[in-house]
Amino acid sequence: MTSLQTLRRLGGRSGKQLLRVATLLLATTVVAFALVSLSPVDPVQQYVLGVGNVSMEQRAAIADYWGLNDPPVQRYFLWLSALLRGDMGTSLLYRQPVAVIIRERFLNTLALMMTSWLLSGLIGFTLGCVMGLRRGRWLDRVLRALCLMLSSVPTFWLGLVFLLIFSVALGWFPIGLSRPIGVANADVTFGQRLHHLALPALTLSFISFASVALHTRQKLIDVLESDYVLFARARGENTWTIMKRHGFRNVILPALTLQFASFSELFGGSVLAENVFSYPGLGAAVSAAGLNSDVPLLLGVTIFSTLFVFSGNLIADILYGVIDPRIREERPHGQSNRD
Amino acid sequence: MIDPLSLLLDVQNLSVSFRRYQRGLAQTNLNVISDLSLTARAGEILAVAGASGSGKSLLAHAILGLLPANAMLSGVMRYDGQPLNAVRQKQLCGSEIALIPQSVTYLDPLMRVGDQARGAEKSAERMERQREVFRRLELPLPSERLYPFQLSGGMARRVLFSTAIISDARLIIADEPTPGMHLSQAMEALSILRELADAGKAVILITHDVDLALNVADQIAVFYAGTTLEETPAADFAAGPDALRHPYSRALWRALPQNGFEPIPGFQPYPEALPDGCLFGPRCELKTAACEQETPPMRTVRGGKVRCVHAA
Ligand code: SF4
Repeated sequence: MTSLQTLRRLGGRSGKQLLRVATLLLATTVVAFALVSLSPVDPVQQYVLGVGNVSMEQRAAIADYWGLNDPPVQRYFLWLSALLRGDMGTSLLYRQPVAVIIRERFLNTLALMMTSWLLSGLIGFTLGCVMGLRRGRWLDRVLRALCLMLSSVPTFWLGLVFLLIFSVALGWFPIGLSRPIGVANADVTFGQRLHHLALPALTLSFISFASVALHTRQKLIDVLESDYVLFARARGENTWTIMKRHGFRNVILPALTLQFASFSELFGGSVLAENVFSYPGLGAAVSAAGLNSDVPLLLGVTIFSTLFVFSGNLIADILYGVIDPRIREERPHGQSNRD
Repeated sequence: MIDPLSLLLDVQNLSVSFRRYQRGLAQTNLNVISDLSLTARAGEILAVAGASGSGKSLLAHAILGLLPANAMLSGVMRYDGQPLNAVRQKQLCGSEIALIPQSVTYLDPLMRVGDQARGAEKSAERMERQREVFRRLELPLPSERLYPFQLSGGMARRVLFSTAIISDARLIIADEPTPGMHLSQAMEALSILRELADAGKAVILITHDVDLALNVADQIAVFYAGTTLEETPAADFAAGPDALRHPYSRALWRALPQNGFEPIPGFQPYPEALPDGCLFGPRCELKTAACEQETPPMRTVRGGKVRCVHAA
């Protein structure tokens, strides 16, 4: 198959993907908007809490200014048309443009998520391979019990336990935030950032590494019991050779896909982890926005997280096509005369 | 009659059973191969022929040391005069003893077939050898860059055959290499085996198709319910029922399309419920009380071997 054909196929696929992401965005924003509209929290009340003495007339003026008296459908379309012009609106809570908030916080969240993503991927894959190779033995049983236990522990609880042990009792890690207090942003060193990142990232990675490990274990067992591994053994290949030649090759693909498709859980987990560790990322912002009925911020982050999760799935999809020869290469017609 | 030097594999009274745990701690043993004997000689094709479900593949696995951990094995296997134990199986498999598996599922779906044909050994000579064998099997050179899913059935079979030829093993075990093939394809596959035997290899052809095996085999081992009932020169099978020694072999002969297509009444016993004495007893017209006393031992009769008390 020529690269031109590949390109054409990818082109056709990306058109479809674009349509999918547009409808997905529309749907998620509508749902998010409907949920905040139904919320009993009055954004004006939340706003004036921080301002102090505000008369009823002033409140009404604020509500009017924010357009809270308009029908919800009209408000939604106002927001949408502004968005299409590139304006994500202004956060009621932080009194800053939503785009600025997202830009600032996204880097924090991205650092957190990527670190924990790598951690959970590496630990999960390694553990899964160890369990698969030792299947049925005591090491496998112990690790599997551990994984099953971990996958049923709530993140925020685990975060609190880590906080208590490593930050409060042992003092190894800071208690919160993404950098030391009282240090200007420009002066924060990479080491300091990492130091603040470590514990939340570890907590977050604990959500998914157990499932990665269990999945990898099962997949590896399937591979080791396959006909082709039996044949490899018949040809005198030892376990390590079999792992090198057939094991990793056949296990890494589903593991990678799973890992990229886990972006949604990662984002959900980051909301909890960031709140426990007072880590100033998007997750903390979105829960604040929800609790205070900050519609523009909430919708802004919704769009952003939808795009984020979607791109994870898209990468998984594309990776499959690039790595898996059964998708990458065409079935030749009859006798092949390629290359 | 037989040059003892050419004897390569000698299996005597091989039994394989699986330990199974049932409710609680009750443990039962499932006999899948019992008291099986056969010999494979260099330069010859031995066809192990019998109905499907008789445990023929397990025989291959036993010789190659591929049985699962819950399998128990007894009896004696000798390769080239030396006992074939687990240590030796590890040394010999892949280099001296090669398996030709039955289907494309024995190829790694994510690895190019050239790499798989060469195996774990990496060297320029190996590469050269693989290309030479591919040429010999009329596999076009570019096919070494293909993945298994891109192969036609015939190409996949030739790739599987190539693994054994590249290894230059002296004993080749082909496990059902022909099912699902057109006659011409099957004959092509068998002719490759014939060539290998003529080049001095010992070939064990495990098959359910006696008719097809008769075309190329030198010896036939009639396999039934996990054991060999008769070992005979293939010529005797061609000659007809009078030349054969065991009632089951004769029934098999009569069941061949050209000999009347006569079905054999009854069915093969399951490993869970093997009969006492002769395993063929429940289906045998010649059965007498003596047949149920004990498993008939393998006896040499008219230049072949047979496991029947009444054979003469
Ligand atoms: S031993 Fe008896 S039952 Fe078995 S095949 Fe011979 S005659 Fe038949």
